[in-house]
Amino acid sequence: MLQVNELSGGYGSGLIVRGVSFSVKQGELFGILGPNGSGKSTLLNMVSGLIKPATGEVLIKGRPAVSYSPKELARVVAVLPQMTSSQFAYTVKETVSLGRYAHQTGFFKSWTERDEEMVQKALERTGTTAFSEKPLSALSGGERQRVFLAQALAQEPEILLLDEPTNHLDLSFQKELLDLLKRMTVDGLTVISIFHDLNLSSLYCDRLLLLDKGSIHKLGQPADIMIEQHIQRVYQTEVQKQPHPEVPKPQMSILPEKGRQKKIDIDAHLLEHHGNYLSLRPPVPLKSLSSGVIGAGWGWRSAFVNRHVDQHYNMENFEQEAADYFVQNGFDIQDTVGMMTAVHMDDAAWRKEVQEDVSVFVVATAGAGNAIDVTQPRSSWKHPSPGTINIWVFVNGKLSEEAFVQGIMTATEAKTKALADQGVYDAGTGTIATGTSTDSILLAATQRGSYQQFAGSITPLGIAIGRAVYESVTASLQKTALRKASL
Amino acid sequence: MRKRSTRTFLLNKKTAYTFALLFLAAAVFAGTAAGTIQVPFHQIGAILAHHIIGTEAMIDTSIDNIVWEIRFPRVVLAGLIGASLAIAGAAFQGLLRNPLADPYTLGVSSGASVGAVLVLFFHVSIPFLGRFTLPVVSVTTAVLTIFCVLLFAQAIERSMKLETIILTGIIFSSFLGSFISLMIALTGEELRQIINWLLGSVSMRGWPYVQLMLPFFVGGSLLLLYLAPELNAMSFGEEKAKHLGVNVQRKKMMVLIAGSVLTGAAVAVSGTIGFVGLVVPHFIRILIGPDHRHLLPLSMIAGGGFLIIADLAARTVISPTELPIGVITSLIGAPVFALILINRKRKGGVA
Repeated sequence: MLQVNELSGGYGSGLIVRGVSFSVKQGELFGILGPNGSGKSTLLNMVSGLIKPATGEVLIKGRPAVSYSPKELARVVAVLPQMTSSQFAYTVKETVSLGRYAHQTGFFKSWTERDEEMVQKALERTGTTAFSEKPLSALSGGERQRVFLAQALAQEPEILLLDEPTNHLDLSFQKELLDLLKRMTVDGLTVISIFHDLNLSSLYCDRLLLLDKGSIHKLGQPADIMIEQHIQRVYQTEVQKQPHPEVPKPQMSILPEKGRQKKIDIDAHLLEHHGNYLSLRPPVPLKSLSSGVIGAGWGWRSAFVNRHVDQHYNMENFEQEAADYFVQNGFDIQDTVGMMTAVHMDDAAWRKEVQEDVSVFVVATAGAGNAIDVTQPRSSWKHPSPGTINIWVFVNGKLSEEAFVQGIMTATEAKTKALADQGVYDAGTGTIATGTSTDSILLAATQRGSYQQFAGSITPLGIAIGRAVYESVTASLQKTALRKASL
Repeated sequence: MRKRSTRTFLLNKKTAYTFALLFLAAAVFAGTAAGTIQVPFHQIGAILAHHIIGTEAMIDTSIDNIVWEIRFPRVVLAGLIGASLAIAGAAFQGLLRNPLADPYTLGVSSGASVGAVLVLFFHVSIPFLGRFTLPVVSVTTAVLTIFCVLLFAQAIERSMKLETIILTGIIFSSFLGSFISLMIALTGEELRQIINWLLGSVSMRGWPYVQLMLPFFVGGSLLLLYLAPELNAMSFGEEKAKHLGVNVQRKKMMVLIAGSVLTGAAVAVSGTIGFVGLVVPHFIRILIGPDHRHLLPLSMIAGGGFLIIADLAARTVISPTELPIGVITSLIGAPVFALILINRKRKGGVA
């Protein structure tokens, strides 16, 4: 559809774009990325014919762009600039109708039925029909941008060029505009767009072109471009890649410069005893992975609560009840990890382990009431009673996501070993139990101090986790066993 | 629904044309009737019909003379000048994307004035042209000026951005203006003559001036009317117009030349008459919106009517002394323009 061969050029004497070649297929959504001054707009202006290239050529549908007359070109290529303004109060309809200019021929340029039809269709597709008689000056920036998109669509283009189309739009219109473009590419429209926002371009584009100082740094699918080293080199800034939660496209997060950080040590002096619950509020939010009743999954959490409930606690609506309880006790459930257990808080046990440059603080409440051997066949059970072994693992160190997963594994292995050594049996099968039916675990790290990439069983972090979990679970099991025996 | 919202924001197009034409006709009749000798409307009608479509007319020859040889050509000339200035003003405002531009922005009037003042100063009289020496020289210098401005702008920057053209126009205006001042300073007894010409007047011109003006008027305004869709596109900026398929370089040149020819011809026959090219298009834009396909013809009609009325005022207010017409247009134009601006600020920029 569009082919760019060895294109170089710029404004005045200096070359801003140097030797750029690429081609775009019909129906493709093609994104152009690059830092400020990398030549994105210059490249687009050369493609649209605003600037004459110094060398190289642009082929549109196989024909050199320079061989098109202005009207011919406007019937194939439409352009949506960042911002178009007029001093005059044209109505939306008048503005969109101008898109038909290239299609009006003859001396009198009469307005045909097809002209009217295309204008109405463009208004509809962009959702601007409702204010078609309003003057442009009465519209918001986002509405205006949609009007100019309608104008471009009224040109019935085969190729649409956009220069940072989402620049002035709020979040919902950004999405609407890009969704609309994506839908139109399915109908065969070819879209080439400059993007400022790496993540949006990764989500919507079929292919991306990363420009650096006027030349192609990399050209390919979003997964090939959205690689930390490319982005960091071109944009000269720290970024971190993450998967999108729902769509298989990579996303980039910028990393703010960190000020000088106070050293933080999570240990027993932060533990607060409140009779019915045990809490820990670290001085900074901790990166957490947990399976608590509240605040499960990934998150940055700044309060951790383990709550005692009665053995006959009503499990219906327990999430709502628990949330209310935590709120009543002054916890913000947005950044709290909350767990529940039938074990008395007096029976909690904790342990700190230091191994080389990393330290681990573990708090456990363990009761063997619902002990289960997970390796034995059984039918699944949908009515959990209050949980029994809750483990908190706090790490004073900076962990990779890999270390988080390994840390959870290591802690679970230590727990199972503690149960075995304490002779806890599955009452149903008579075999050694591996856990209880409602265990919860939390792994939270300060993300400062020494970097720990791994937490397997022979790494310093793994060894510390294993020891601390084993010791604290064992101690808590012994305390609850003692309480049971004394009853 | 659609009709109603149109009506609340803008005047219906047909109504607008009807009003404008009625205004023009009323202005023509009033302009022809009023003076030291009042001529009734039905006599004017009869005389005009007699001369234009050849009907029999039983009218006193002196009245016929006053109407056909003195007042009517004056009215027609005033109308042509008003129409030229208004349509040129509307076109320049659209092209330069500046509602405050007027036909004189690009230095055309200075060019025409220099030609005229040169003729008055040196008492030049070109053979065969006789008393037409002044307007002919004036139109020539006006057109020469716009070409100089364009050439100069092109020398600065090949793509001729509008900003460059405006700046070049300002440079030429100032330069030529200083020439006029120089000649005024050096003038003795012709001072009044030059000042009078500069203030503008349509008196004692007669049919020959109408004939002189007519070809420029017809050519310039037809070209501008034809370029109305391009003007619409270009008022969104040159780049946008290019994306819409307009051959911007060529069309821009055509608008500039057509507008300058109209302005130059008007200045040449009547001197610099201010505010017509500024106020009339503004007023029309408020009534019917900025679409040049209607803005240009309506400005033309209303501008013609406006200048006829202004001329009527100029010769009757302190009759028998005639005021310069430029004084009248400025006296009316400046306050009206101020009102428009105040209104526009209040409404939040609809104009």
